[in-house]
Amino acid sequence: MEGPLALVVGILIATGVYLMLARNLLHYLFGLVLISNAANLAIFIAGRVTRAAPPLIPEGLQVPPEPISNPLPQALILTAIVIGFGLLAFALALIAQAYKVLGTLDVDSMRIAEPIPPKREKSL
Amino acid sequence: MSWLLALPFLIPIFTALATFPARARPRLCGVLSIFGCTLLLVVTIAILVLVESNGTHAAQMGDWAAPFGITLVADRLSAVMLLISGIVGLCVAIFALSDIGKYRVKLGFHSFFQLLLAGVCGSFITGDIFNLYVWFEVMLIASFALLVLGGDRIQLDGGIKYVALNLVSTLLMLTSIGMIYGLTGTLNMAQLHISLAAVDNPAAVSTLAVLFICAFGIKAAIFPLFFWLPASYHAPPVAVTAVFAGLLTKVGVYALIRTFTLIFPNDLGFTHSILLGTALLTMLTGVLGAAAHYEFRKILAFHIISQIGFLVLGLALNSPLALAGAVFYMVHNIVAKTNLFLISGTAQRLTGSFELSEIGGIYRASPLLSTFFFIAAFSLAGFPPLSGFWAKLLLLKASLDQAAYWVVVVALVTGVLTLFSMSKIWAEAFLKAHPKDYCKCLGDIPRYERYQRLLPVALLALITLLLGLVPGPFIDYSLAAAGELLEPAGYLGAVLGLQTQ
Repeated sequence: MEGPLALVVGILIATGVYLMLARNLLHYLFGLVLISNAANLAIFIAGRVTRAAPPLIPEGLQVPPEPISNPLPQALILTAIVIGFGLLAFALALIAQAYKVLGTLDVDSMRIAEPIPPKREKSL
Repeated sequence: MSWLLALPFLIPIFTALATFPARARPRLCGVLSIFGCTLLLVVTIAILVLVESNGTHAAQMGDWAAPFGITLVADRLSAVMLLISGIVGLCVAIFALSDIGKYRVKLGFHSFFQLLLAGVCGSFITGDIFNLYVWFEVMLIASFALLVLGGDRIQLDGGIKYVALNLVSTLLMLTSIGMIYGLTGTLNMAQLHISLAAVDNPAAVSTLAVLFICAFGIKAAIFPLFFWLPASYHAPPVAVTAVFAGLLTKVGVYALIRTFTLIFPNDLGFTHSILLGTALLTMLTGVLGAAAHYEFRKILAFHIISQIGFLVLGLALNSPLALAGAVFYMVHNIVAKTNLFLISGTAQRLTGSFELSEIGGIYRASPLLSTFFFIAAFSLAGFPPLSGFWAKLLLLKASLDQAAYWVVVVALVTGVLTLFSMSKIWAEAFLKAHPKDYCKCLGDIPRYERYQRLLPVALLALITLLLGLVPGPFIDYSLAAAGELLEPAGYLGAVLGLQTQ
């Protein structure tokens, strides 16, 4: 099961990187969303994928019988999803506000913080 | 005593919660914020004393034994970083009273500022790499909010670049944490030290090391990953820039130091030569960028990058003296850098601009502020007997010990160029007459505001002087911290030893 999932992660990251190379900020954000999902999936695979063995401890036992699926990566992913959701929501709001105020989503034309210096006269 | 280690992030979180409902009343908000910062400073001093007397201290959260639960660890490096965060937090909180307008306070400036401190302190104290990621995010989201709070055009523009590149770093960090968990099955840093040494997969370990360098390198603003920093740091109000400059990039450096002394101690060769190369390029590009600019804060922002190079250099040389140099340099740099940004804010208040060509005459109008600037700026440039001199001396001595002469050459060139751009600010903003004869003196601004602006600057200048004139105990402390980093037995014992008790 790890093989196909790893392939999915690869495709997600490749698509994400392709989108992030665009000049449009919204494409960049969508690229980030894809890579953020790929990262979560990568953690999931890193915890080894086990089928049909929920991590439950039967009555009367102290430890669950082997093999069980690993619950920790899922807890980690849950945390990462929540954090990622917050960050991406913020980024989307920021981009929307920037579009309203700056009037463009083209990163090449966003030069307010770093204006292109005026060309100096040759006599200087 | 386990609660003590949780306080450095609990106090700012509770202060943030307290200031949020009070944000419509700026004065109450300010008082709460300063009270929280004072409390934080007291706690960090207590932790430093505890670590200094009893050695590395660990606390298991929720009493889950070491590699399973989240561990908080304070060793000498963490303790000193916490202390310096406490000092910077308090100074900036005082400065913010006059620098941050009512409008931004109403939007929740103090709450975000406190959350930022919580994230920074949490990153310094955690002993769990996933928890480190969480604290990075707390810090990151607070810094996003602080950066764009108020919503000026320039802030939005700088904010977008900052957010875009830092999110990439976040994803890289998350992916590398996932990978390292896949390799070792643990997230506890002390346990990782043991487990990773047993992993027989050099290709995967090397890939991970490089991923971590990239992830933390973006946060630390090392070459060639620093472009978000000069794009955004001059956009927000000065108090925000000051705390960013003091603490944010240093958390990245701290994470690099932690990762490459504790987690990846074994494959020294290639990671440390990557770090060495980037460190030298960071030093040079940063200082060249500063030489090219004529805006007070942009010059200082590029200097942050250059100084990060020195810190990474200390890590890359990887000898006790070099690491001690990095620790000493970090403390010196945080203090001096924060101070310079605070001074730039007051300079702007007096003269009306940050553009060096449009301002001047501060020396004649306000010799006191000029003295503080002189101390901070020439300490940064490495003038004896100020603190920067000792910091650079330690690093140079360490490179000479390893016969890395070209490192010394680059460091000295960087030093000379730093001096050049500091003299540029000194000559343009302080010595030359103001082009429009506009410069106010400190007496012209209201009394409360004067105190709020000068008190933190004076305190930080005093620390710079203290570090410079009595460097002995601080260097001894840095050497002890470096010893702990290179010999992690004490750290491992404190974290994992508790299991058997």
